[in-house]
This record gives sequence, C-alpha cells and structure tokens, in this order.
Amino acid sequence: MSANSIYKPQNAFMQWMERRLPIAGLVYSSFVVYPTPRNLNYWWTFGGILTFMLGVQIITGIVLAMHYTPHVDLAFNSVESIMRDVNYGWLLRYLHSNGASFFFVAVYAHIIRGMYYGSYKEPREVLWILGVILFLLMVMTGFMGYVLPWGQMSFWAATVITNLFSAIPGVGDPIVTWLWGGYAVGNPTLNRFYSLHYLLPFVIVGVVVLHVWALHMVGQNNPTGVEPKTEKDSVAFTPYATVKDAFFIGVFCLFYAYFIFYIPNFLGHPDNYIPANPGQTPTHIVPEWYYLPFYAILRAIPSKLLGVVALGASIVLLAFLPWLDTSRVRSAKYRPLYRQFLIVFFLVVIGLGYLGSQPPEGGYVIAARFLTAYYFVFLLIILPLLGLFETTKPLPNSILESVLGEGVRAGASAPPASGAKV
Amino acid sequence: MNAHRTIVGAVAFAATLSFLGPLTAAAQEAETPPAQKWSFSGPFGTYDPEQLQRGFKVYREVCSSCHSLKLLAFRNLADPGGPDFTEAQAGAIAAGFQVTDGPNDQGEMFQRPGRLADRFPSPFSNDQAARNSNGGGLPPDMSTLAKARGYERGFPWFILDMFTQYIEEGPDYIHAILTGYEDPPSGVTLPPGANYNKYFPGHSIAMPKPINDGQVEYSDGTPATVDQYGRDVAAFLMWASEPKLDERKRLGFQVFVFLIVFTGLLYFTKKKVWHAVKHDPELLTPRPPTEYNRG
Repeated sequence: MSANSIYKPQNAFMQWMERRLPIAGLVYSSFVVYPTPRNLNYWWTFGGILTFMLGVQIITGIVLAMHYTPHVDLAFNSVESIMRDVNYGWLLRYLHSNGASFFFVAVYAHIIRGMYYGSYKEPREVLWILGVILFLLMVMTGFMGYVLPWGQMSFWAATVITNLFSAIPGVGDPIVTWLWGGYAVGNPTLNRFYSLHYLLPFVIVGVVVLHVWALHMVGQNNPTGVEPKTEKDSVAFTPYATVKDAFFIGVFCLFYAYFIFYIPNFLGHPDNYIPANPGQTPTHIVPEWYYLPFYAILRAIPSKLLGVVALGASIVLLAFLPWLDTSRVRSAKYRPLYRQFLIVFFLVVIGLGYLGSQPPEGGYVIAARFLTAYYFVFLLIILPLLGLFETTKPLPNSILESVLGEGVRAGASAPPASGAKV
Repeated sequence: MNAHRTIVGAVAFAATLSFLGPLTAAAQEAETPPAQKWSFSGPFGTYDPEQLQRGFKVYREVCSSCHSLKLLAFRNLADPGGPDFTEAQAGAIAAGFQVTDGPNDQGEMFQRPGRLADRFPSPFSNDQAARNSNGGGLPPDMSTLAKARGYERGFPWFILDMFTQYIEEGPDYIHAILTGYEDPPSGVTLPPGANYNKYFPGHSIAMPKPINDGQVEYSDGTPATVDQYGRDVAAFLMWASEPKLDERKRLGFQVFVFLIVFTGLLYFTKKKVWHAVKHDPELLTPRPPTEYNRG
C-alpha cells in the first residue's frame, strides 16, 4: 500500500509546494489512496457523519454566538430575538439545537458499531480511548450548550449537575462554589459555561485529529474483524469510501432535516421556553434525551456519592473495554454468546434512557436498579469471562473470502490459512 | 436471521417498562387535553390569518388585561405568515396602546401612542405589581407560552408522535384550560381564591374563568363560544411563539426535494463506483483518480 501513497503532482506549482509543505501529499495519502477494507457496511459511515456534524455545529454555533448575549437577564430574550428578528435565525438555532441531538445519534451509532465489531481491540486501543475522550468532551459541551438559552430546564439542569460535585467528601462544597463562581448558579456560571461551550468544540477538533491520526496508523476494523492481508482486501478511500460516506450523510441529513423543519422542538422540553426562575423548581427536572441513561444510573443508586461514582464509572469503564474484553475474536458476528449479551446491553441502555425520563419513584427506581446492575455486570463480569469460555465460530481466512462466500471462488486468492481460526 | 428475535425482545422489553407506569402514576392526574384540529399542523400546515386575527382580538380584549406579550412588536402583526394585518392596520393597533418612553429632554418619562417598532406594553409595571393584582399569582408572559406548555404523552405516544408530527400539545393545552373550568367535584376543597379546572395539573388554578360565551364579538359570523375563542387564541399564541412556522415548513419542503434528489444521485453514483467491487471482486485493484501518477 505504501507505493500508492507517493504523491507526484504534475502541476508545477503543486510540485514547488510539495517540496516546501507536503500538505497535498498528506491529504492524498490519508483521504485518497488510503486503503479501506472493502467489506465495510453502512455502520462505518458514522465517522464521516460525525465529522460533518462537528462542522455543522461549529459553523452554526459561531454565527449564533454573534447574536447571543450571555447574561442572566438577557440570554433568554437574545435567543428569542435570534428566533424572531435575525435573518434565518430560527433556522440557525434549530440546526444547532437539533444538531446536538443528531451529533449524539451519530456518536451512539459509532459506539454501537465499535462494540459490536470489537473495534477497540489490539491494536486499536488508543484509537478507542481517544474516542471515549471525545464522547466525554461532547457530553460536557452539550450540557453547557443546553444551559445557554437560560430557560427553566437550562437553569435547573445546571443546578442539578453542578451539585453532583458536592458529593465529593470534604472538598465537595468548595468545588461547587468554585464551579458556580458564586453561591448559586448565576451570571458567572452562565458566562463561564458560554466561554467553555465556545472553547470545547475546538478541543474536540484537536482530539478528532488525533483520533483520525491513530486510525490511519492502525487502519480500519471491518465486519469480519480479520485484518486486511492483501491488496484485494481493500479499496482506495477515494472514490469508494468518499462516495459511500457522502451518500449516507445525505440519508442522515434527511432525518436531521425532518426534525429541523417539521418537529424542531420535539427533542426539547417545553419548560425551556419558560425563562429561568431560581425561585421555582420544575415538577420534573430532566436532562436532554442523550444523557437519560446516565441520569437513570445516577438516580438508581440511593447514596449520592455512589450514584455519582456509578455515573462516572459508566462512561470511564468504556475506556477499559480493550482489556475488559478478553476474547481474541473481534467481531460479534463470530461470537454468538457475546452477540446476545451485547444486544441485551444495548436494550438495557435504551431502557435506562426511558427510566431516566420518568420520575424517580416506585417501580421505575426498582427497574433502573436492575438495569444498572446489568450494565456493570456486563462490563465487569460477563465480558472478561466470555472471552475465556465462549466457543467462537470459525473466522474467514480473509476479507475477500468473506465477501466471496466460503468455498466458491475463495481458493484463488485466499492466502494460506495462518492460524486465523481461534 | 436473528432480527426477528431481537425485535420481539425489544418490544416485550418496552412493554414491560411501560407497565411500570401505572404503578407509580400520581393520584391527582389531570385529564388529557383533547386534540384539536389546527390549520398549522402537519408538513404543509400554515396559519389561518383570519383565525389569528380573531385570536388577537380575544387576546387584546381579554387576556391582555393580565398577561403580557413582551417579545412581540406591533410590526410583527404585519409580518408575512402572521395575522396578515396591513401595515396601516398594525399602525392603528399600535396607536391604540400607550407606551412609556423617555427620558425626554427634561429627564421625565412620558406616555405616547404606540408605534410599529414598539413591543406590546405589559399590563403591569413589574412582576410584583402583577402578583399584587392577581392574588399572589403571576400571570405568565404569553410570548412563548404555546411552546412552553404541554402534557405528558407517555409510551408509546412519544415515539409515534415523531411520525405523525403531533407537536400541538401547547395549543391543545391552552384550549383545554380555557374550556376546562367546572364546579369542583364533591369532596374536593380548593385553597382560597383558587378555581377548579379539569385539565390543569393538580386541578387548582389561580386564574378565574377568563372568558364566557359571547364575550368577544366576531364580525365574520364565527360562533362566539368559549370553545371557538379557545381555539382562536391558542392559534394566535402559537403564532406568537413560533412566528416563522410558515416560512420553516415552506423551506423544509424545498430542502426535502433537494435532499431526496441529491441523495438519490449520490446513491446511483455510489452504485456505479462500487459496481466492480460487488460484481467482479477478483479483478479489483485499488484505483486512484487518474490525475495523479501512481508510484
């Protein structure tokens, strides 16, 4: 493959440039001839979709920031003025608020794909950990963005979430005061959240560069989990992956546009159209839908401190997946038991999401406890043990063989079996 | 092959969760507001200017004595996709309101007739004054009210609503509140000054029944009933909350036509590019674009 990455421009200026700053060569080797497994399915387009959404959020966000006022007395009305008086302000804001939701739709699809096909396994551990860091950064950015319109849910979500830090023994309360910049959520809090909400997306861009760099070191995983062995196992990134990504970004945009233009407030909470009022607590404080599973975990545990620990662990543990999962086989396609447990795990997360939206009482709490238990049992017990006891299905010798179907024409190009069967 | 089992599992799982609801349902559940027919619902819905004008009349003659509409300007009344007043009509409406301006050259605040650029003046000079005149309750500002109200849809409606585009909980709720005043059922005692409303959460609402049949005169022959007033003023408040709805849905349709054509073209491009990979996989070699020399 390395032969392909030699970039020899014909154009005199590009030749001159290439000897000084080989940026065209970098793009050429990373996004044109870069070999990508030929058997990737559409779950692999979410990386491109995420890049697209990050761009959408940054561009709409920068324009919104030109019109937004981060002050407790003015923030709500400045958002409303964007909706009413700024040219296409309603479009920018709905693009941005629904964009956050669809950013999370894409990242969850991306994570599901990574877990299903074992994309975190050797040699992709660092790639995966960078992904978990990106997810954490997204969670923080999304949360701070939700606070900015300074509606009732903004204010009370900020209060509830920052208060979580008060669970830390000893230094909890000083930390919360420090985060607030005062003795309650107020103007300093809104100002710093605005500042950080503007900063973090660019931190995300930086980590995305590392994420893509790490990806290009180790190459993409694929549905078989078998590494490409010959040239025939791969296709060039351009045009193959580019056109496929572009098509699916189009499909994704159809869903995104449906929400923006027809049900723009569906994913929001009506209370956020009520200006923030520190004197009046809403009946139910609920976060945005994409945090609900974690919110359910937090509330499932009776002790505040342990709840916060569980909340943190539920995300941080994901970074340790490469070591918690002891199986040598990557793809769930060849791991019948893992596949079952993993699908249950995904359903459990959806169930936790539903429970997170409900009041924390009665049957809901009991159900949330069971589902939280499964969440952690799966990660900490089932995953390590499965690798030891599970009988996996035979792997194909190569990606090409899996594409062609075993035994038909595979003999011609499949390299000799070299212990690929586990 | 396992897809069926997975789907069945998911449905069973969701059903189990939804049964947890009744276990915890609060005792004082308000009745669900009945869904009304709105001209602005659905992908091609638009506001009905005549209805908005009627709704504005109701707001002006009834609601505006307690409820502010701070974010709306008189000029908005003549904006496209709204009540469709002419600029002259909107100006005349503005002139009917007294607006505080100033300070003038003598340093005094003064009253003058409203202009198109002014926002609707509030009935009370501040929240404390509003509370004082309303038995301690603060009549909410109505600028975003139709988007700030709703009711719990519950499973599975909150999923189905996505496909049916039912997002009119706000106007339905406002209409329901206006028509939901009743005598309290026997055995229910209300706090002093409170009124019974079957659609209000907890049933005890501070606002007395605001409007009665025949209270606002309609010149176009529309029935002057509370039911009709409720629908008209809810539609008006929806417009006040979401003045760009018509424009949004019109642009949405154009975006959809473009996206469907564009994505369709991308699909066929993708199919053509991948044809060799799918149909003659043995022959395939990585094929960079022709402008570049391969090493």
